[in-house]
Formats: sequence, structure tokens, C-alpha cells
Amino acid sequence: MKSGITKNLFLLVLMLTADFAYGQSGQSGFSYFIYTLVGVAILILLFLVIQVADNLLAVEAKHSGADKAKANFSIFPSFKELFAPKAPAYANDAPIHALKQGHDILLEGAPESASISAGTSVTTFAIQPPNFTGLSPIPKLLVEVGDEVKAGDPIFFDKKVPEVKFVSPVSGEVIAVTRGEKRSIAEVVILADKEQKYRSLPAFDLAKGSVEELRAYLLENGAWSLFQQRPFNVIPAPGDVPRDVFVSTFDTAPLAPDANLVVAGREAAFQKGLDVLGQLTTGDVHLGLNAKGEESPSSAFTAAEGVQKHWFHGKHPAGNVGIQIHHIKPIGGLDKVWTLGVQEVIALGGMFLEGKYDGSRVVTVVGAELSEPKYIRTYVGAKIEDLLKDQTVSENVRYISGDVLSGQQKSVGQFLNYYDDQLSVIAEGDYYELFGWLLPIAPRPTISGTFPNFLYPDAKFQADTNTHGEKRAFVVTGQYEKVLPMDLYPQHLMKAILVNDFERMEGLGIYELAEEDVALCEFVCTSKQPLQEILKEGLETMREQS
Amino acid sequence: MKKALLNFLQQIEPDKKKSPFLHTLYDGFFTFAFSPNTTTAKGVHIRDGMDLKRTMVHVVIAMQLCYLFGTFNIGHQHYLALGQYTGLLEGFHLKLAHGLIKLLPIFVVTHVVGLGIEFWYAAKKGHPIEEGFLVSGALIPLIMPPDIPLWILTVSIFFAVIIGKEAFGGTGMNIWNIALLSRVFIFFAYPTYISGDEVWVSGIEGTEVNGLPAYISSEYGWAHGVFDWLFQSFGWSTFGDGGVLVADGYTGATPLSLAASGGWESVTSVYTESQMWWGTIPGSIGETSKPLIILGAIFLIATGVASWRIMVSMVLGAAVMGLILNGIAPAEFTDATPGIFKFMAVPWYYQLSIGSFLFAMAFMATDPVTASSTNTGKWIYGFMIGMVGIIIRVMNPAYPEGWMLAILFMNTFSALIDHYVLEANMKRRAKRTEVAVS
Repeated sequence: MKSGITKNLFLLVLMLTADFAYGQSGQSGFSYFIYTLVGVAILILLFLVIQVADNLLAVEAKHSGADKAKANFSIFPSFKELFAPKAPAYANDAPIHALKQGHDILLEGAPESASISAGTSVTTFAIQPPNFTGLSPIPKLLVEVGDEVKAGDPIFFDKKVPEVKFVSPVSGEVIAVTRGEKRSIAEVVILADKEQKYRSLPAFDLAKGSVEELRAYLLENGAWSLFQQRPFNVIPAPGDVPRDVFVSTFDTAPLAPDANLVVAGREAAFQKGLDVLGQLTTGDVHLGLNAKGEESPSSAFTAAEGVQKHWFHGKHPAGNVGIQIHHIKPIGGLDKVWTLGVQEVIALGGMFLEGKYDGSRVVTVVGAELSEPKYIRTYVGAKIEDLLKDQTVSENVRYISGDVLSGQQKSVGQFLNYYDDQLSVIAEGDYYELFGWLLPIAPRPTISGTFPNFLYPDAKFQADTNTHGEKRAFVVTGQYEKVLPMDLYPQHLMKAILVNDFERMEGLGIYELAEEDVALCEFVCTSKQPLQEILKEGLETMREQS
Repeated sequence: MKKALLNFLQQIEPDKKKSPFLHTLYDGFFTFAFSPNTTTAKGVHIRDGMDLKRTMVHVVIAMQLCYLFGTFNIGHQHYLALGQYTGLLEGFHLKLAHGLIKLLPIFVVTHVVGLGIEFWYAAKKGHPIEEGFLVSGALIPLIMPPDIPLWILTVSIFFAVIIGKEAFGGTGMNIWNIALLSRVFIFFAYPTYISGDEVWVSGIEGTEVNGLPAYISSEYGWAHGVFDWLFQSFGWSTFGDGGVLVADGYTGATPLSLAASGGWESVTSVYTESQMWWGTIPGSIGETSKPLIILGAIFLIATGVASWRIMVSMVLGAAVMGLILNGIAPAEFTDATPGIFKFMAVPWYYQLSIGSFLFAMAFMATDPVTASSTNTGKWIYGFMIGMVGIIIRVMNPAYPEGWMLAILFMNTFSALIDHYVLEANMKRRAKRTEVAVS
């Protein structure tokens, strides 16, 4: 439909130009008119012929089966293709989703070497019930302080959904159960053994076992919490069947870990995990690949089998799985899709390859306030203090589990969140700045053209947590759309959430978003509005309604 | 130095409970001097360096050239009318002094009244002072005639800020452009002060010479006296006493009113094209000089502060409507028909360069609060302003300019445009997810 409009616009423009052209040559008003009419008639005839030919071409393409990936078979080039970035050689001529909107925040403090150091100093871990959206605040504990657990032993379950077991990532001794507000359980802390012991899992043959058996196996052995279900980013209910499964193989967030490094050496486990996911969904497993880098992504991703591969070229948040879903197969009202990170897929595959629950993760410890940013191989829920043991950290800093946009603030004695593979350390910005709004002296990340940042496109910044201004009403328009590569109006959605207009929230696409997707919009917001918090409230309201 | 200032400011902070107004005032000036030390709490941990103060001040910076030229042009027009110092740089110090004497009171009154209301409401409602009036206050003097009585200005700003903004909830909530509201208030309540041929040149008054009506320059006031004393001490020329007769054949009419009565010919019989382009013509204070406005517009677009979509679509809309009017009344057929047909026959590109079209495009239509907020909506909004503005300018028999009314008119409809853009988005989404499910 849209292409029809474009074509007719082409026609109109051509007609008008012809009109003027004829107008130049004519002397008297009368011949003017006749020439124009003849010109228009010829053009209409020509365009009818072209239009029919064009449609025949598209029909033929469909018949012969060439039109699989929604490639453009029309003789009219689409503007998107004309101005798209050049496809990299490693993409093998596959179609590329070129995302124009977005912004890469370049920060100092990335790991210098691409090697992973062993996290021998990290000994304390925690599994934290508040990490799982929608879980009741006081789950049923299966262990007590002082108990010895093996990796893969169940720790707790939600009384409302007893099928879903949450298991220990490491073997060791339960040393504390921290309570939060209203006696809710905040952390179950485990001191890890030097030699890890694993609960041996019964073998499961993917080729023979039925899907029902597979689901029961995953539920029982603690793999269910690896899945996150959209909308709402919750752990799926035991009976939920995903329409599709989406895995993003790259992270574009500031200082995010490089998935190619993470997957190195675990290619087989990654492929096995994808195979398992293929069994669980009625649709496809979709892999989002990065087409922006100079080098090809790891062969674990490019050569993955049994999945649909989609190439994305764009700035942050192109690597967010929510953005990729929007461009691959958007979420509708009743759809349920699952998403996993690369490390969760590896953990899932590891269960079937090695017959044990694999709680290991590669975590990147980054930030300009650290002496030595690096990658560490450790386990889920590592203690922040332990991760920073051999580092010197500046004074007055903030510890963030996750990236600086969508992560959560932690104190040094707390633990990384379940799904996070990054610890960011940045300076607190609790200082006054003289005429800071007019003449900022220290460079800072921004998308605004009022700063000279565009002169130094590769400059890296030492960002801090200063808000650089006070909260105001929504005034500036169109700035969120600049950094959100989706067909969606974030500002209007936020306003719909604030006034609790359910119909609008649904219509404007709240189901397609998770908090991390609007994090960059919140970063650029001139009015310093808390978009992630607003969206969280909106999603919670919608979840309670459904 | 910085620390000393900070310490000093923190020491004089008034008590919030005892004197809320003083505290609001203090807070306004404190955050003006220092960015606050607040850090991110929930959500993102780092924030963009851009805030609303910075956004607003960049619009004000973009207008500075218009201020400079406007000040000079007030004096230049005054002396042009008297037939003295007709050269651009002749009597430069007198022209500048005269312009300052006219402009400064307007500027000061605008800010004292407007900011006063803003501070008072901020204290009453207990929120920090918002920056909205920075831009409105900079715009209002530029769109007033130089001789506007200050009490009328005061009343109009009261109306615009209280009824137009605070009644809707303050900065970011208003429906109509504040600066234009204050102007439209004067336009309807005191039309003789802001329309016609006599108001655009300052310091001229009507009198009778030998029983016939005539115009002379008004008596100069004490401020002129002070400058005279100063200029005398340098040995420069002075203002004198006033009472000089206006030059023979001088009208004071703007190009637009000339075009409305006699088409493009009667415009060019009074003003040259370069005069109209550079802005040495009578008009509102800041809107006459086209190159300086274009420079401001380029600055706004380059910094991304104002929407280029609105500017481009507004030019397109005005051009299309100008072409349509040219088509209805081609110059060949309207030679002998006076009045409106002559105005319709004014070539479309001249329609863009005369009057306050460019000023309205750069600074008025692009106000993000009152414009459409979706990108598609901005195209429609700007285009419609362009079309409606030309229609009002040309077809309206009483008043030959249309941008103020067109922008306020489209302000009213901007939410409707957004509504349909969002509806389309919702339909598209419903359709897309339907396909994805099936």
C-alpha cells in the first residue's frame, strides 16, 4: 500500500515538472494548455504500462519463490535501499535491517585486552528473588542458613507457580538469607566451594523425548528462569508456549561485553541451546546479528543451524532484542515471545551437553573509575566487592549492575543481578557547576548540536551521574524518535501511561517495549523525565489487568 | 572564585517556609548561576548535557542579531521619515540612541511583568521557576511596533501569561504561543496601536499646519536630553527639540499595505528590493531584516533546537498557496483591476520575502509546545500555517498580514493533527501484529 503511494507521488512530481517544462516553451497561453494536456496524457499512459509491468514482476517473484525475505522486486528502488549502508562482505548478501535512529554513547573504561581472567577471588554469590519480575516477594525457601548445596540444587520456588524451580549457580554453603521490606527475601547468599560440585542431571535425549517431557525437565532442573517472556519481561508460566524465540548476539549498550569473546570455546553449547529452543517454540528461533563491525561475528552465530538469521546495522539500541523483535516479527496483543541472552543460551545448551547445571558467566567489569577494566569468568550473581578485589577504585563512585543506561544501582556489598553480565563503575556527579547550563567546561556525552561533540565523533567520555539540569514538563518534541529505531511514539505513549489510558497504551505499542528499550530516550530527555520508571508502572498496570 | 561565589550564595539562601516567594526567587537565580548537584536516582545513571535552560537560551541567542538591527532600525526609520540622515550610517549614534530609548523600556517592562507573574506562580505552586518565559520575553519586544504604549504592553502580557499559560498549568502545557497571544490581544483590543500605516515609525505625531493635517516629529523626552548632553560633549550632532515636519511624500506604509492596495508595482515604487531584503523599512521591531532572521534560523536548525521540518513545510505551504493565487489572478489579466487581485498577482517568491513570514517561520511556528509533536504532524502543521497565512494575508480586506492569526489557528489544531497521526500509527500496529500472528 505504502509503495503505491510513493509511486503515485513519483508520477505527480514528473507531471508537474513536465507542466513547467512545457510552460517554458510556449508563447501564448493557449498552446501552453494543449501541450500540457498532451504531456500529461502520455505520462499517464507510460505509467500505466510501467505499473502493470512492475506488478507482473512482483507476481512472478512470488510464484517462482524468490520473494522470501521481503526483498524489493519492484523496478522502483525504495529510498531505504538507496541510502542504506553498504552490506559487509561477511553478511553474504543477506538483507540487512539498517536502523538510522540511535546513538552510541562512547565511554572510557573498556577492557584493554580481550582475554578472560579467572575469577578465583570471587567467592560469594547470591540469588535474588527481586530480579524476577512478577515473583511473589516471599518465595518458599528450600534451604536454611548453614546448608550445603551443590550447583543445580533448588533454592526456592514461588508458591503460586511451584513448578518453576530456582537453583543454585554454585556449590557451597548458604551463609545468609537477607530480608528486605516487609520480610520479603532479598538475597540468598552462598559461599562457594573451592572445587565446584554439581548435582548430576538425568540425561535427556532431544531426539527422543517429547516436548512435554522436555518442558518438565527444564522446569525441574532450574532452566526455566533462563527464559524471559515478552510482553512484560517475566519468567514464562509453566504452560506458556512461545510464538517465537529471539536471541540478540550483540550488545550495543555503553561498555557492554563482546558476545564474540563470551561464546569463544562454547560454540557447541550455544548451538545445543538453540536446538533446545527450537523444540520449545511453535515458530522459529530468530538470531539478531551485528552487521556494523569490520570483522565478521563469531562463527557460532553466523553458522548457527536451525535458526532464522537477521542482520542489523545501527547504533545503540540496535542490539536490544526488543528493537530486533519489532523489525523481525512484532509482538501483538496476545503474543508471547521468549528472549534469551547469549550466555543463557550457552547455559541451556551446557545442561544437555554436559549433564550438569552450568551457572558460569563471563562478566565484564568496566568504567573509567577502575584501574584495570577486564573480563572475568565467574558465576551468576557475583558479589561486587569480590569482583573488584584486585582493582583500585576511585572515591565517590556508583556501582551499577548492568550498563549505565538500564542497570541498577548497588552498594559494594551487594551482588550482580541474575541477567546482568556487566558491572559498571562511574563517578558520582554531586557537584555544582558554574553556568553549567550555558558553558559546560568538561566534555560530556550528548546528542545535542549545541555542544561541539559532533567535531569529535570518536571521543570517549568520563560520564558521571549528574543530571545536568532539573526535571521539567515535556517540552521538546521529536528527540526520543531520534534515538528509538521503532515505528512508535514514545512521548505520547508515556503521556498515555501517566493518565492511565489503557486503550492508547496498547495501541501505541507498550507491549513492544521493555525498560531497556527506552533507556536511551531517557538519557537524551531535555526535561529529565524518568521514562523507564513511567514505562515500568505502565507495564505493571497492564500486567495486572491481563 | 567559583567556590567563594558558591559559599556566598549558599549562605544567603532564604528560609523556604518563612518566605516562599523569596526562596523561589533565590532558587531561580541560584540555578541560573550553578547547575544543581542533583544526581540520577532511578532509571538511567548518566544524563545528556542538554537541559531546558540551555534549549531556551539558544533560541534567545538566535534572536540577538534581530535585536541589534531592530534597535538601529527604529532610529533609522525615524530619521528617514523626517528626511534627515537618510544615509545608512549617517547619524548612526542618534539612530542607535533613539532605538535604545524606544526598545529598552519595552524589553524591561516585558520581563518585569512576565517574569514577575512566573515567579509568583512558581512560589504559589511550590515548583522551581521554569524557563518558558525566557523565550517568550525575548520574542515579545521584537513583534511590537516601536511606539507601543507600555501600559497596553503590560495588559497584554498579563493576559498572555495568566490566561494563556498559567491557567493551563505553566511551561509546557499551553495551547497557544505566548508571544503571539500577547500580540493578538493588542490586535483585537487596541487595534489602532498595532495596525495601519502610522504606527511603524516611532516618534512621529499628527498635527495641523495651516489648517491641513500634517505629521511632525514629537518632542524628545528627558532620555534624549541625556544623550544630547553626552553627544554634545563629544561634539557630535544632537537630537534637538523635535517638531520637524515629515519629508514630502513620505507615507510610513509597510510593503504589505502597499501591496494590498496596489500590488507589487506600488511596493516597488516606494521601496527597493534590497531595502526590503536588508530590512531598512518600517515594521515591527525585529522582523524586518531577512538575512539576519535566516542566520538565526540556520543557527536553530544546526543546533537542532528548532524543528527544520516545520520551517521547510511552512515555506512549501506558503509557496504553494502563493502559486495558487498567482494562478487564479495572473498579472497579465489583473493590470486594470485594482485591489485584491493585484495582491494575489504578487509573485509567490516576493510573498515569502515581504512581511513577517520568515520571522514567524523561524521563531514562532517552531515553538515545540504549541506545534504538533509528531514528525509527520509537523509537516502537516507547517504546511497548513504556510497556506492559511497567505490566505489571511491576501484575502483579508482589513489587515494585510496573516502569520500571527495563522499560527494561533494552527496551534489550536495541532493536537488534532497529532491525534490522527497517532490513530494511523495505532491502525498500522494493529494491522502489523495481525499479519505477524496469522
